[in-house]
Amino acid sequence: MSAQANTHAAPTTAVQDSEASAQPLLQIRNLRKRFSLSGDFLDQLRFKGGKLVRHQEYVHAINGVSLDIQRGEALCVVGESGCGKSTVARTVMGLIAPSSGEIHYDGARIDQLNSRQLLPYRKRMQMIFQNPYASLNPRMTIQQTLEEPLRLHHPGWNRQQVTDKVKEVMHSVGINPDWGKRFGHEFSGGQRQRIAIARALAVDPEFIVADEPISALDVSIQAQVLNLLMEAQQQRHLTYLFITHDLAVVEHFGTRVAVMYLGTVCEIATTATLFAQPRHPYTQALLSSIPRLDDDRPQHIRLSGEVPTPVDLPSGCVFHGRCPYANERCKQEIPVLQAQGDGTQVACHAVEEGRL
Amino acid sequence: MSLSTTPTPTRWERFRDSYVWYSFKRDRTAQLCLAVFLCLVVAAFCAPLLAPTDPYDLRQIDILDSELPPFWIDGADERYTLGTDAQGRDLWSIILYGTRVSLLIGFGAVILQALLGVTFGLMAGYLGGRVDAFLMRLADIQLSFSTLMVAIVVGAVVKATLGSSFYSQYAVLMLVLIIGLAEWPQYARTVRASVLAEKNKEYVDAARVMGLRSRRIMFRHVLPNTLSPIFVISTVQIANAIISEAALSFLGLGMPETHPSLGSLIKAGFDYIQSGSWWITLIPGAVLVVLVLSINLLGDWLRDVMNPRLYKG
Repeated sequence: MSAQANTHAAPTTAVQDSEASAQPLLQIRNLRKRFSLSGDFLDQLRFKGGKLVRHQEYVHAINGVSLDIQRGEALCVVGESGCGKSTVARTVMGLIAPSSGEIHYDGARIDQLNSRQLLPYRKRMQMIFQNPYASLNPRMTIQQTLEEPLRLHHPGWNRQQVTDKVKEVMHSVGINPDWGKRFGHEFSGGQRQRIAIARALAVDPEFIVADEPISALDVSIQAQVLNLLMEAQQQRHLTYLFITHDLAVVEHFGTRVAVMYLGTVCEIATTATLFAQPRHPYTQALLSSIPRLDDDRPQHIRLSGEVPTPVDLPSGCVFHGRCPYANERCKQEIPVLQAQGDGTQVACHAVEEGRL
Repeated sequence: MSLSTTPTPTRWERFRDSYVWYSFKRDRTAQLCLAVFLCLVVAAFCAPLLAPTDPYDLRQIDILDSELPPFWIDGADERYTLGTDAQGRDLWSIILYGTRVSLLIGFGAVILQALLGVTFGLMAGYLGGRVDAFLMRLADIQLSFSTLMVAIVVGAVVKATLGSSFYSQYAVLMLVLIIGLAEWPQYARTVRASVLAEKNKEYVDAARVMGLRSRRIMFRHVLPNTLSPIFVISTVQIANAIISEAALSFLGLGMPETHPSLGSLIKAGFDYIQSGSWWITLIPGAVLVVLVLSINLLGDWLRDVMNPRLYKG
């Protein structure tokens, strides 16, 4: 439990750093989410040493994540499967209630609001999902799918206004407005994802959370959808929180990058800085795994061991078991994000001590 | 953009292209069962037009005509094709009217079951947590009483408090209520199971992100995607409800003698089976068997078609 107490210090540097510039659109402060593995109350009861005790186990999906997202930027969150990046996205959108921590949108705290109080924010922040085969209701036509958010958020609009708006968004994502009477299953994966993007754009949001929006698509379609997202960003001045595990996408798309490992952020940097000069040992290993054409570079860094289970978090730095630079301090003390000279934030004792 | 030239299919064209229609065209049993079922339904609901006599009108009944055999047996009266029952009512007419009562109770009870069961099942599955635990325990308790026991208790209480003439007057309503209330957990469990499978899909998350209220998400998004199992269970439940009604009537807890259903006809004739008037009980019995069998076979076919393991719609 000392692990959790330590990371409370983590957000302070981030706050000081961001208050110097304009107020960020979204602030995530020391966010934690744990999921119970133990079932209901009766399942939790165990006999131990002749006594009936309540035994609870948790998956620690996010452990103290703090992020700032500035207006107009595309913050990419990268990390391997199960590192909690999707959980961050879903918590920000209010699909999951955080176990602790705060989320501020445009200065106002939103993580404790009920669904009615959240309604004005729903219009300003929207989400694009990973799997376009599951994110469209199979029993609704495209027209119905796209009209639904408009009718909810613009109750005063008449039929013509709604239809016009639907036509406009369908056109803007490259879907023929005449196809509105069709069902989702009559479209290809790329077209479905365009429709899902149209649904998100229909209410004219300013902030979009995209949870691996292209990873379920064919490689040939990925670039098209990515370009569509970038065009939308320029035309509509959108801010993105972009979850991905594809580093090529990050390089192409992101303004800043946050690297996550086992529910913690280990490095936040602008895209150019991160790719040119990765600081955190995990980021270095991650970037060295990108296949390159020039073969004269040194061998990529091989990490030994497995990712620890998020049920029993390791003490100290979550990466210490696989880190080539780990020492005693790394096993004891949880590193906090610290700003470097160029604005990069790194959570690593080795970087802090200058060992790296 | 070549797709835009093809016209959007209408609802009817979609149905004709669907797997349900394809399978129906190839399944002789299903076609036959649907034909038989539709014949019975049409005949029952056109009873006042088809029946030569009105069995509810006492002036048309003559006690001296009682227990006349059907036309192929010696001693038959040509006015009564299928013979008469113990009160001298025309068996053909009373079977038509009786089938109508049985179908009414069957459908009515299933509609009530579906309303309760679908609502509770949706709430239990979608809201989860305590609502789920409460509703499902309620369903377990309800299932631990048999339909007959509920009927006996309710019937006895109503008869004791409001009198048996009140009970006979509202017998159809009472039976719909009893069978409907006794069997809703079947629906609730089926619906809950499919809601649990649906609610983690991303389109439900998308609807939540949009800011829709839970009620709208439940009924507009989740419910239409759980309709297949509801259809399948409905056919089985209609057959079950008709059987339950017949069983209750046979025990004397159902429809009164004056407005008989198929069940009470079988019961009324059962007393005369020893004295040689077998037709009073066997002909309504055969109609009941054919009705229930055709519904059950249709339900079997529908389950095969809509079974998500064999075919995903």
